[in-house]
Amino acid sequence: MEVTIPGVSDLGGTRGHHRVPVPDPAEPPFAAWWESRAFALAAFAMGRISGRNLDAFRLTLDRLPRDRYFDDGYFGRWLHAAERMLVESAILAPGAVTARARRLAGETVVEPAAPEPAKPDYAATGPGSLRTVDTPPAFAPGGCVRPVRGLRLPGYLRGRLGVVEAVRPAHVLPDTHAVFAGEHPQHVYTVSFTSRELYGSGECFTVTAELFESYLESA
Amino acid sequence: MNESASTDPALRTEALEQLLTERGLVSPEVVDGFVAKYERDVGPMIGARVVARAWTDPAYKARLLADAVPAIQEVAWGGGANGEHIVVVENTAAEHHVVVCTLCSCYPWPVLGLPPSWYKEPAYRARVVREPRAVLREMGMELPPEVRVTVHDSSAEVRWLVLPRRPEGTADHTEEQLAALVTRDAMVGVATVTA
Repeated sequence: MEVTIPGVSDLGGTRGHHRVPVPDPAEPPFAAWWESRAFALAAFAMGRISGRNLDAFRLTLDRLPRDRYFDDGYFGRWLHAAERMLVESAILAPGAVTARARRLAGETVVEPAAPEPAKPDYAATGPGSLRTVDTPPAFAPGGCVRPVRGLRLPGYLRGRLGVVEAVRPAHVLPDTHAVFAGEHPQHVYTVSFTSRELYGSGECFTVTAELFESYLESA
Repeated sequence: MNESASTDPALRTEALEQLLTERGLVSPEVVDGFVAKYERDVGPMIGARVVARAWTDPAYKARLLADAVPAIQEVAWGGGANGEHIVVVENTAAEHHVVVCTLCSCYPWPVLGLPPSWYKEPAYRARVVREPRAVLREMGMELPPEVRVTVHDSSAEVRWLVLPRRPEGTADHTEEQLAALVTRDAMVGVATVTA
């Protein structure tokens, strides 16, 4: 299954944003009590409970409707993505969370019955995402490349000329892992891009990103 | 239909926790423990100890810049989720590094804990890869024009930690005193460390 380029989460380089606030060094990890519960529930939901994985969670975040992604902030989008994954794995019935929330608010609501779980047929080959691959890296530091495709390819880098800065350890490929089509680990490269190549004008600086081998073509 | 009840994230969170608890899939105590870990045990104080060690021990700094995870593990636990492969970059008078994740909010949890609110802001994620000097200025950091700026977009599983510049006037500070000066924001590259 081919997964297409990023959706709602692909913000890099987009315009129309407000100022960035001055950081508060004393800010706690969670702004509200519910955020801490949503964080933990999502962390448990994405793996152990739903039988899915971190890449599937990121893809689910990316496919949220705009209001679900933005309106309740970072942990709000975690909550909404966790709920979707639990419904997709039939741990929860569609509408179950809404029905319970309305009951908690004092309404009389009939809740849907718990469905028969249907987790994806998938198991990780090891912990985390680092893997080894037998093939040598296709690109070497100093080489010129162009990222052309890939689930985790930020849109503002697509088609732009970059230089390989470093070869990183191989990682599980999110493109297939997110849809339970195998880990297919690949070499990962840190690739640098000049601001002139990305935008043509404006500030002078460099951007680096980590890109999977299949995302890149020689240039 | 009570629209507010079904859209309030606090109520939805409570509803989700109840549903999963009733099914025996989570317990409130396990949730409490997970939250406490990220409120108390995993946070920027770990990264601060790594930075202070690097400031006082040149051999350690060389190891840290060459292969960060084993060097971090000399000081503290340093692996696991969102930190399997960490790269440390050094800010100097000539080079400035700043970190972002434009696609989500990937962040080196084992050394910095959970990301601060500004790191998760769409404005930061969108703009720091288009106008980093302007964004840093808004955040309170003015870079001299001759400083080279590199923005690291954590788009895969590699995580970045910035080794900030050691502040002037700290020659007689102990490692512990130095660690107390190091801030989370400096280790992401949006602030300087001051004595």
